Amino acid sequence: MSLTLSQAVVKRRGKRILGPVDLHLSTAEITIVLGPNGAGKTTLLRVLHGVERLSSGELALSKPDAQARQEQAYVFQSPIMLRRTVRANLAYPLELLGTARPIIKQKVEHWAERIGLADALERHAPRLSGGEKQKLALARALIRSPDVLFLDEPCANLDGRSTREIETLLKDAQLRGTQIVMTTHDLGQARRMASEVVFLLYGKVHERADAKAFFAKPDTQEAQAFLKGDIIE
Amino acid sequence: MNDIWAGLEAAFWLIVTLDADLVEITLRSLQVSLSALVVASLIALPFGTWLAIRRFRYRRTAIAVLNALMGLPPVVVGLIVYLLLSRSGPFGVFGLLFTPSAMIVAQVIIITPLIASITHQAMRELWAEYHDLLISLSTTKRQRIMTLIWDGRRALLTAALAGFGRAIGEVGAIMIVGGNIDHATRVLTTAIALETGKGDFALALGLGFVLIALALAVNILIHTLSRTEQEGRW
Ligand SMILES: Nc1ncnc2c1ncn2[C@@H]1O[C@H](COP(=O)(O)OP(=O)(O)O)[C@@H](O)[C@H]1O
Ligand SMILES: [Mg+2]
Repeated sequence: MSLTLSQAVVKRRGKRILGPVDLHLSTAEITIVLGPNGAGKTTLLRVLHGVERLSSGELALSKPDAQARQEQAYVFQSPIMLRRTVRANLAYPLELLGTARPIIKQKVEHWAERIGLADALERHAPRLSGGEKQKLALARALIRSPDVLFLDEPCANLDGRSTREIETLLKDAQLRGTQIVMTTHDLGQARRMASEVVFLLYGKVHERADAKAFFAKPDTQEAQAFLKGDIIE
Repeated sequence: MNDIWAGLEAAFWLIVTLDADLVEITLRSLQVSLSALVVASLIALPFGTWLAIRRFRYRRTAIAVLNALMGLPPVVVGLIVYLLLSRSGPFGVFGLLFTPSAMIVAQVIIITPLIASITHQAMRELWAEYHDLLISLSTTKRQRIMTLIWDGRRALLTAALAGFGRAIGEVGAIMIVGGNIDHATRVLTTAIALETGKGDFALALGLGFVLIALALAVNILIHTLSRTEQEGRW
């Protein structure tokens, strides 16, 4: 699925927090959105997913809007758990689509196995640990086999092991044809995962490049400083 | 001191032997308050939920009015219902004054704002928590409401129980519109007021125990509900 933003601007209380942004996403396998705090990464992802309204400009999708949204999934920065069991959380997106029960059951058990929660299916999801919640949110997003998957800092606050597990799941989803767009604070993760990088600064796309080229030597000074770990304001 | 002991002992026997008056009054209390609960819940649960998820122009005003209504003194509610239902009032033709129906009307007016307000708060919290996910999954309006009602079911039940607790213990309004007529509109609270006035502490205390037991049961249920909520059982 291709997503195209033209002259996209988001304003909040009169202040411009994103844009104007022109961005076309289509072929890349894993797009990593980088940038300092407050650069507008979360806002950009939400705009692309269509859950944040544009103040001006537009978002064009290669499919009809309603269908496109069904084929996208989003993992929010702090995982949103339904106040239900792990099983019910996994089943929920499929139930909404009216999927047949036996298929739901089979998929739920498959994904619970993949995220190591096969023995926790009847546990209350809000009581899981942070890492388990994040994995559950990811599995719940992948259970519909989305065309596009957005992730907002999926590994913030996770230990090394959970981070590795999540990266493995993401790489695997990508191989099965899911296009991934994610933000991260973890430059190591960005290097491991990215096929292309979108570097945001002050709500604008400051630089966009192939991952190899970007990490070898970014074009702009600001991106160089960012990679070095300097504080840019 | 002796009076109290004698009263307690007599009250105990009234309860143990299922004294006819005591049972009749208790059943009437339950009948009136449960009826009021059903009617009030039918209004307040959907209204509170709607208020929580629907943005409209006068939402803030509606919430403010709701909170103000919650603070209405029951006696004043009683007075208003009395005026509305009295022979010369607009609804006088129905002849409802001094019947259990009048008491139900008064209790509905008293507890509907309470139930709606608790419902509104709980559902607003739940909606804030779920909002992004439900939008992201492009749920239909119907799916959203069903999800919120199902996952908020304990909160809704808690709101209803709180309303019942308020209704069963209320005395000012039902005294005015019901008239505390023996074998007709006498309920736990009004009977206690009357018997205490007459100095018949045995029956007053016996009824008091029943009332306390009911109130306790309601509170234990609310507490249990909040525990199952945290543990995710049921
Ligand atoms: N609801 C909001 N109201 C006002 N300002 C907001 C709101 N959400 C985000 N912002 C501002 O918009 C800017 C971009 O936010 P965000 O997209 O969350 O950045 P990032 O994810 O890169 O840290 C920040 O300066 C933030 O303070
Ligand atoms: Mg962010």
